[in-house]
Amino acid sequence: MTLLEVSGVSVSFDGFQAIDNLSFSIGEPELRAVIGPNGAGKTTFMDIVTGKTRPDSGHVLWGEENRNLVGLSEQAIARLGVGRKFQKPTVFEAQSVRDNLAMALKAPRGPFDVLLRRNIDEGRLHEVAAEIGLEDHLDRPAGALSHGQKQWLEIGMLLAQEPRLLLVDEPAAGMTTAEREHTTDLLNRLAQRHAIVVVEHDMAFVRRLGCKVTVLHEGRVLAEGSLDHVTQNKDVIDVYLGR
Amino acid sequence: MRRLFLALALCLFAPTAVVAQDLQSILQTHADEVADPGRRSVGVVIDDLLAAGLPNAPDFLAAWQDRDIVRDTADGRFYRAGRTSDGQITLIDLDTGAETMVPEDRVEEVRPNGGVRRVLGGALVRFRLSDPAPEVRREALTSIARRPDADQIEPLTQSIPDEPVAAIRAEKERLRNILIARFGETTEARVEAIEGLGGTVSSDARAALSQILETEERVAATLPDDVNVARILTPGEDISRVEAYGRLVDEGLAPARVSDAALRDALIAAIEDGTVAGVPVETLDTDAARRDAYVTLAEAGEVPPFVTEEEVDAALADHVFFAAYDEDDPAITDAARETLEAVDLRVGAAQTADLALDALSLASIYFLAAIGLAITFGVMGVINMAHGEFIMMGAYTGYVVQQFVPDYTLSLVIALPLAFLVAGAAGIAMERLVIRHLYHRPLETLLATFGISIALQQLAKNIFGTQARPLTAPGWLDGQWVLNELVGISYIRIAIFVLAALFLGLLLFILNRTRLGLEVRAVTQNPGMAASMGIDPDRINMATFGIGSGIAGIAGVAIGLYAQVTSEMGANYIVQSFMTVVVGGVGNVWGTLAGAGLIGVLQKLIESLNPSNTLAAQTYMILFIIVFIQFRPRGIVALRGRAAGD
Amino acid sequence: MAVSESLPLRPTPRPATAPSTWVFLGALAVFTLVVTVMASQGMISTAFVKTLGKTLCLMLAAVAMDVVWGYTGILSLGHMAFFGLGGYMIGMWLMYARTENIVAPALAQQPLPPTQDEIRDAIGSQIFGVVGASDFPLVWMFSHSLVAQLALVVLVPGLLALVFGWLAFRSRVTGVYLSILTQAMTLALALYLFQNDSGLRGNNGLSGLQNIPGYEQVPQATISLWFLWASALALALGYLLFAWVVSGKMGSVLRAVRDDEARVRFLGYHVEGFKLFAFTLTAVVTGIAGALYYPQAGIINPAEIAPIASIYLAVWVAIGGRGRLYGAAIGAALVSLLSSWFTGGGAPDINLGVYTVQWTDWWLVLLGLSFVCVTLFAPKGIGGLVDLVQARRVPDRQGDYGPDKGAKRQEEGRE
Repeated sequence: MTLLEVSGVSVSFDGFQAIDNLSFSIGEPELRAVIGPNGAGKTTFMDIVTGKTRPDSGHVLWGEENRNLVGLSEQAIARLGVGRKFQKPTVFEAQSVRDNLAMALKAPRGPFDVLLRRNIDEGRLHEVAAEIGLEDHLDRPAGALSHGQKQWLEIGMLLAQEPRLLLVDEPAAGMTTAEREHTTDLLNRLAQRHAIVVVEHDMAFVRRLGCKVTVLHEGRVLAEGSLDHVTQNKDVIDVYLGR
Repeated sequence: MRRLFLALALCLFAPTAVVAQDLQSILQTHADEVADPGRRSVGVVIDDLLAAGLPNAPDFLAAWQDRDIVRDTADGRFYRAGRTSDGQITLIDLDTGAETMVPEDRVEEVRPNGGVRRVLGGALVRFRLSDPAPEVRREALTSIARRPDADQIEPLTQSIPDEPVAAIRAEKERLRNILIARFGETTEARVEAIEGLGGTVSSDARAALSQILETEERVAATLPDDVNVARILTPGEDISRVEAYGRLVDEGLAPARVSDAALRDALIAAIEDGTVAGVPVETLDTDAARRDAYVTLAEAGEVPPFVTEEEVDAALADHVFFAAYDEDDPAITDAARETLEAVDLRVGAAQTADLALDALSLASIYFLAAIGLAITFGVMGVINMAHGEFIMMGAYTGYVVQQFVPDYTLSLVIALPLAFLVAGAAGIAMERLVIRHLYHRPLETLLATFGISIALQQLAKNIFGTQARPLTAPGWLDGQWVLNELVGISYIRIAIFVLAALFLGLLLFILNRTRLGLEVRAVTQNPGMAASMGIDPDRINMATFGIGSGIAGIAGVAIGLYAQVTSEMGANYIVQSFMTVVVGGVGNVWGTLAGAGLIGVLQKLIESLNPSNTLAAQTYMILFIIVFIQFRPRGIVALRGRAAGD
Repeated sequence: MAVSESLPLRPTPRPATAPSTWVFLGALAVFTLVVTVMASQGMISTAFVKTLGKTLCLMLAAVAMDVVWGYTGILSLGHMAFFGLGGYMIGMWLMYARTENIVAPALAQQPLPPTQDEIRDAIGSQIFGVVGASDFPLVWMFSHSLVAQLALVVLVPGLLALVFGWLAFRSRVTGVYLSILTQAMTLALALYLFQNDSGLRGNNGLSGLQNIPGYEQVPQATISLWFLWASALALALGYLLFAWVVSGKMGSVLRAVRDDEARVRFLGYHVEGFKLFAFTLTAVVTGIAGALYYPQAGIINPAEIAPIASIYLAVWVAIGGRGRLYGAAIGAALVSLLSSWFTGGGAPDINLGVYTVQWTDWWLVLLGLSFVCVTLFAPKGIGGLVDLVQARRVPDRQGDYGPDKGAKRQEEGRE
């Protein structure tokens, strides 16, 4: 079943065509890797899905009711079940790991809900913390974590949100080999129930994910298929090796 | 030119071919008419005097009119009477001014009657209207305009054909139209004159038209046929019910209402043993209770009857209220009304033009005050709360220079660059000492610069005192450039406009044509990228801060020239400057220009809608800006895309 | 300049209410008790009791300002508008009721008992004679009712904040833009009130507010104590309320909004709603603080609402140390008391031989410069001293995070 369908989306900044008539869809559950050189439009694509950037044209349809996400605010899209992990870890550094996770935990999001319902699902929180290996660091400020730990915290916040679609931007950057394996396992496990889009530069990492790959170039889909399939595509070779 | 004019005058005003060299001889020619003037006979004398074009003739006529002319019975010559003492009188020769003393009983006074004096007055006007000196002719026109009078139509009309100066002739024709419009003999002539006034915006023409259209509000049982009705007044709409009823009472058409005060007084007068008409006084603490008590009194016949609302309604309904023109001829009032509408339209257009000029000069000031702020905000993301104090610094620099250089033009020439240097240096110092250390903390910069702002303001107060200091503009900037009676702009404002245009051009040149400008634009649009391309942000920041603050200094001199220099003058402009930047959009000269233009126009527009209240105007303007931000959060000229940041 | 690199980085965990709350409330109780005893012994003057009572109100406003700025990251330069509005709302009743108490007995002396309209007209011409009017404007509709005006103390600042905040936050005006906009709001309000036909007596403002209707016989010494207690109670309750709000998840979200509001949006929180909540709640509390302040000051006029007042409020919070409630309270108390000491001629002049420094002239210069120094060298303000004492410095790897999202500017430029 298709969870997200992006069709005919274009966007330009001051004359620069960042996304050009892009179409993309992902089912639930599914794991998909998106690769492409710098400036291919990977981040802009995520910005469009999450509502940060409004496309000049096209639709972004979501869920069973085919709801158009274009024009919705970021928080509305997030509440529908789209979670995002940023390329650069953006956790709230002045706050503890616990606070970061507690904020992300699935719960009513209104100001008065937050103010009045003070009990936190501690069980779920510890579960997520254990998954990301930060159970012993719950009371440390997030700013004091190492870069890899911040990546993990961000992934943990993504998990705590319990989204249906996870948009993951370069999860493996700055991780050790062991951590990368853990990440791969985690993503594969999650992919059994969720839709996941992973943006990644690291081909080895993508290979280990063993999933369908979409290659973006200059805002368009250049090729789509298994990694082996796309790496034999002449256009893809030109883009990556040519020039 | 003057000679030609005199020759012309001679030809046209010479019914009798007398060529006389002095006044006395002309008078002697008509000695009887002068000695015992009659309304008809005096015309001959005047015509001859006019024809001779003697410079002392007007003085003589004035003296004649004032009964200052005497005749010496010994030789029959005419003199102006001087002082009398001990039965002697001083006679002043009309031509030479020579004085002689003669016994008082030897002279007889020339006593023109009222009719003659009016003729003389008209002649005087004619003399002055034909005077060789244009200033005298203009003066004569002004005095006619000040006290318009039916008698002046004739001399004015006669003086028009010979008027050599086109502008004065136009003025004469206009004035003649005004006079005819008000005092003309026939309806046709007046209507024609009224229609001739359509092309002007002058206030006296409008005054004449509205004088014709003056109305009196009246009341009658039925609308009379013999009045020129301007409009019917409906009580409750065009005229308040109270006022309408009051008019009925004044005309004796209805009984007076009992006012609340009269009612109270009547009740008080009727208090007997703590009751009024049998009602205890304590209970009379509502209007209804008082009215009931009064009605009881009225029924007993002790007080005038109480007029109820129904009776008032009936009285109002039985009468018609209307405004009637003082002028009885509807043709004339119709023409006047139409012409006045046309004139009002032209006046409206002229006022709009004047407003536009005002707005333009205000916009120039805002532009000068805000552009420095906009540049620093654009380049560094920093709001400089002390910007207003740099404006103040510039103004005080101008003031100090004037203390040492008394020549206002020279001092201005020195003050402008000096103000730029002083304020610019202060700006650079602040950037180096404070702002540099607060990069990427815009809110803290805002507060730190605010600290500097209050310190500088108090410092200025300590040095220069609290009273306003003058910054005097050079003489050639005094006065204003007048387009017509309604549209004018002072030279100082033009100078400020020129200054603003100059700096606009200069900034555009620096930004678009120089290396520095390129780098500044790069930093504005993408600071990270600019830094990675080897642009030294320190240098750019210093330069932009210096230029931005320096321009604030220049703005200070400009503002000081038409407003006064006080330690608070910067604070008065800072919020407007912020508004200009916010409305215009950040980091763009054109944006600031657009913002300044919008705010200037808006402020003047709102002020013109509500002229009594500049405070309210500012309130509404700020409210407008708050709403405006809703629709264009990034200002009029917004940088788009990623460069705008989030 | 390394110090300026680090901003309040409070260690966690945070219990529902931090211990500092109880310390603060205890100190407040002791202070109130001491002042009461000293005042009743005649050791301090009534005027000084009033100054202290007013300072408590300013502290409450500063605590509210800290929540909206220090925690939520909205540098509001318009909060004193709410303070003033609270004062105006209570001032209307004070003035009406007091004038009624004067006018009604006088009218009762007349041969006829006065009607309600006559009483109201007489009050109107008493109050508005100074601006050449005598009719009650619409805004005075409820001025005869204490209950209604007390409700307005909460409602008027609350509604203004709600409407203004909704407009501003909805269009995602942030940072310095928002600060300037709030400043514009307070300027617009002040200019409006300066008009004679604003219905609130123009630049005369409302006066005689120190006289409490019905308690004319009670000496000011006693009334000043009542207000001191009321102000202390309000401060205590306000402090507790805000301590509760900024603790737990709410505090967490608010600080997250301050540090990176875009990220908070991606977590599914309606950032504007949280900002509006903080803005409006603090506006209401500030309004209440104003309603307690002005009866002690005795007079309120539009100058109190001028932008400079709100900027001072921010200065107090910054000097005290934003991001911690007691810091804001201490800053407000210290600076406002120092300010009245210096400008009131309390500080001795310094004779430099060639020039005598008179503090009435130089205090603002000192304040301005010390404010610059605090911003530069001690961004944590006075509250930072507490950290030094506790010596619980947290290693800060990233440095630049605080109310204003520092490095974000550069980051946004990159792909």
